[in-house]
Amino acid sequence: MSSVSLNINGITVRADEDATILTAAQDAGIYIPTLCYCPDVSSIGVCRLCLVRIENRRRLEPACRTIAEEGMVVVTDDPEIERLRQVILELILSDHDFNCLLCPKSGQCRLQELVNRIGINEHRFNRLEHTAKDLPIDTSNPFFDFNPNKCVQCTICVRTCHEIVGIDAIDMAYRSYDLRVSTFANKLLKESACVSCGECMERCPVGALVPKKAEYPTREVKTTCSYCGVGCGLYLGVRGNTIVRARGDYESPVNKGNLCVRGRFGYNFVNSPDRLSLPLMRAYDEYARPSSVVEVTEEGRPVTLPLVKREGKFVEITWDQAIKYVASSLAHYKGDEIAAISSARCTNEENYLFQKFIRAALKTNNIDHCARL
Amino acid sequence: MIQNPRHDSTQNSLRRRDMKKSISIQSTEGHKIDSVESLRLFRESLIADEQTTGKMVNVCCGSGCMSSGSEHVREAFVREIKEQELEDEITVKKTGCHGFCERGPNVVIGPENIFYNNVTKEDVPEIISETLLENRVVERLLYEDPVTGQKCLYENDIPFYKKQKRIVLKNCGLIDPISIEDYIKVDGFRALAKILSQMTPEGVIKEIKLSGLRGRGGAGFPTGIKWETARNAPGEEKYIICNGDEGDPGAFMDRSVMEGDPYSILEGMMIAGYAVGASQGIIYVRAEYPLAVHHLSTAIARGTDMGLLGHNIMGSGFDFGIKIVKGAGAFVCGEETALIASIEGRSGRPRPKPPFPAIEGLWGKPTVINNVETLANVSRIALNGGKWYSEIGTPTDKGTKIFSLVGKVRNVGLVEVEMGTTLREIIFDIGGGIPGGKRFKAVQTGGPSGGCIPEELLDLPVGYESLAKAGSIMGSGGMLVMDESTCIVNIARYFLDFAQNESCGQCTPCRLGTKQMFKILQDITRGNGKPGDIEILLELSDAVKQASICGLGMTVPNPVVSTIRYFRKEYEEHIHEGRCRALVCRSLIFYRIKDYRCKACMKCLDACPVGAIIGAKWQVHEIDQSKCIKCGTCMEVCPKRFNAIECVTGRIESSGDKNE
Repeated sequence: MSSVSLNINGITVRADEDATILTAAQDAGIYIPTLCYCPDVSSIGVCRLCLVRIENRRRLEPACRTIAEEGMVVVTDDPEIERLRQVILELILSDHDFNCLLCPKSGQCRLQELVNRIGINEHRFNRLEHTAKDLPIDTSNPFFDFNPNKCVQCTICVRTCHEIVGIDAIDMAYRSYDLRVSTFANKLLKESACVSCGECMERCPVGALVPKKAEYPTREVKTTCSYCGVGCGLYLGVRGNTIVRARGDYESPVNKGNLCVRGRFGYNFVNSPDRLSLPLMRAYDEYARPSSVVEVTEEGRPVTLPLVKREGKFVEITWDQAIKYVASSLAHYKGDEIAAISSARCTNEENYLFQKFIRAALKTNNIDHCARL
Repeated sequence: MIQNPRHDSTQNSLRRRDMKKSISIQSTEGHKIDSVESLRLFRESLIADEQTTGKMVNVCCGSGCMSSGSEHVREAFVREIKEQELEDEITVKKTGCHGFCERGPNVVIGPENIFYNNVTKEDVPEIISETLLENRVVERLLYEDPVTGQKCLYENDIPFYKKQKRIVLKNCGLIDPISIEDYIKVDGFRALAKILSQMTPEGVIKEIKLSGLRGRGGAGFPTGIKWETARNAPGEEKYIICNGDEGDPGAFMDRSVMEGDPYSILEGMMIAGYAVGASQGIIYVRAEYPLAVHHLSTAIARGTDMGLLGHNIMGSGFDFGIKIVKGAGAFVCGEETALIASIEGRSGRPRPKPPFPAIEGLWGKPTVINNVETLANVSRIALNGGKWYSEIGTPTDKGTKIFSLVGKVRNVGLVEVEMGTTLREIIFDIGGGIPGGKRFKAVQTGGPSGGCIPEELLDLPVGYESLAKAGSIMGSGGMLVMDESTCIVNIARYFLDFAQNESCGQCTPCRLGTKQMFKILQDITRGNGKPGDIEILLELSDAVKQASICGLGMTVPNPVVSTIRYFRKEYEEHIHEGRCRALVCRSLIFYRIKDYRCKACMKCLDACPVGAIIGAKWQVHEIDQSKCIKCGTCMEVCPKRFNAIECVTGRIESSGDKNE
């Protein structure tokens, strides 16, 4: 790809041919404030904070939408632009819930960062009525809440739902001051087409879309999602010995940072007391009856009574016992007498090994996969 | 057919007409115009036919006259003529707007073209018996010049029309808007025939560029350059869109053209289509203009029937089809990118430009969007040449512009004037000045995005640059005249209220900036203004102007900026002294009874809706300010000879204070 060279704030910057002024500046370490910009989705230039002055252009142009051209001379901040940004930021704040202390986004909020960067000293404007009116918070979704009082109408969530997820559960509705993020027919999120993937929540720059249980992890563990065979890369945020958050791995070639509802919110099973930790076996078989099996009640708790009657109930056994039992059972059959189905929740590697085992060791091609059913 | 025996003398001509009529009916029903030559022959036959026609009654059925009852007048004519069995001698025709809406309903009696105004259905029998049958003029229905007292027999004698130059509106009020024959008679489609047979698309663009025509929708972009850009843009498919989404409060220029001369818009679009290389046209018109929609769709249907729209127009191989899309009523959809979004079925929100629609417009294809008035000008230019048009107007602004003159002015209506006409000429010579002996205060041009121009600048010639320099815009041509009883801060508040409601809301400065400005102005008019408000207003105006995405945000602060520029004193009076000199802002005025004039007649006491007046028989009345809602009823009912109640403004300590 050929590159262009342009001048930003007196510094000559080289940029890719299709780079915007914003990305060119960011690559060169020049800060341009943004609110509605999100690198994952298309830029629409509505927050007007990234306005820059380009030589020989009549008006200020949004850096996030303007393609860098050869020989362009750009100024990203002069007193006039600074003043404009201050006014715009003051306007946004006049319509924003100020309760930062109790906001789960505090500390990671783009608006806070902008206020610190651009600097607002006084509140000159009237508080607008959205905050006073206290619009109802949509808590219908089991995983995240939408608080319209904190929304800055950047439309990143809408673009995410449209461009990345492709569900179009939300869009901007109404006009003028009433412009807001809305589901079809303004229903609750739960009753909408929303698939709860949380991609919008992940990208919300402010505290308008936040997870229900917002806890910060103390460390992150890189892993692969175990829900299905896609193998999305993810980081599990861990606090103590508990998973409190999951986020997509942007480096992963599989999902490029995106996750579905299971990967993002379905981690509670890890610490569930109901979780199986040993193989289970239906205890009909005298042969496989180990001496030390623990009977499990229907509530899932082990019982320590003598094992008198076990027909039709699951009992915990050790891995060795399980493998031994499977091997001895398989030994009764040969070749095409056997058919195998593997699980979509196994990794690709596990599935590969399984089919190799079936084909090479058991010598049959009767192998299939549950995701095809 | 029964002939009226009273009119023997006309028998011969009637018979001749009957014969002619049957010929003309034969020739229009299912008549196809398949070549330039057949258009010419058809026009000639229509003109020859007209010369034998008898009397004509042209009733204005534009929206202005309709609302003052012209439909009843027309029905009365039809009924009366039927009753008197004069159907063969007198034709009653619906025409488009004459522009002189103040005096509607207007009726023109042809072929002499006697202009009657303020006609009611009760006048109809008299007009028939006097003017139509006896050729006598009904004096009382003529327009009387308020200055000279002279009666005006013809439209052109009326001062309202004298200073106008009607190019776009030349057919409005003359022809039946939905009759294609009427349009062809007045040189309709001749321009199209000319360019299809004699000119190349490049030649048409050259001619338009030579004419100096600029977009009449408000921004004033040169039409020829827009067409050229779209012509040179790559792509097989291109579109022509006619922007009929006229949304400025009080503006009805495009409406009148669409209602009164729809074929001229179709012709303009076809010429644009030929020049640009487009074969599909779309007219985007407000659903609130049902008559315009009706006339345009009838015109499209008639044009298609005649072969003037569709495939292979006049045998030239040029195809062009037009359809109508009705807007849903958002003001911002007049902005071209929002308009395209609306046609595509998305919500009407503008997008940042570039890319401009001429490169990437409807469905991503090169699209020319022209205003109704621009397109109506096109056929005139194509017919008479760009040079002819460029000689009208001033060196910088060519041609004419239609203004809808409304507000505190005698002759409310539509006026078309040459560019460079001064505001004074428009308001005082054409508009007849301010009624009620009041003083002129300001004129607001360009609708809600325009600015207020004070008296000192009345000699400003109208033009794109001159108005911009004065802090206003040409806009689509609204012209709102204000007199001294108008509060300038309240006007700014009114326009900002409109702007903040109509902003699409996507960009921050426009969504929140206009809202804040409106709040501040509302505070000022309610007496809660704070020192420093003017500076904040100016700073916000600047931010909204500079940082907004589309033309709406770039211009809506104009009313505020221009009123602060020219009437800062009034803002300061509101904020610092609590005074509203026009006595409009209710929170800043109060009514009081002059005790030395009050005769204790109890009239006001009885009339007061909230019982705020204290007093009794033989006891001088007084207004309880804590109860008063400032409706002004007491002042209205106080007998003129007492004149005991006055309205005052300014901060007061007690109601007895002397304050002017």
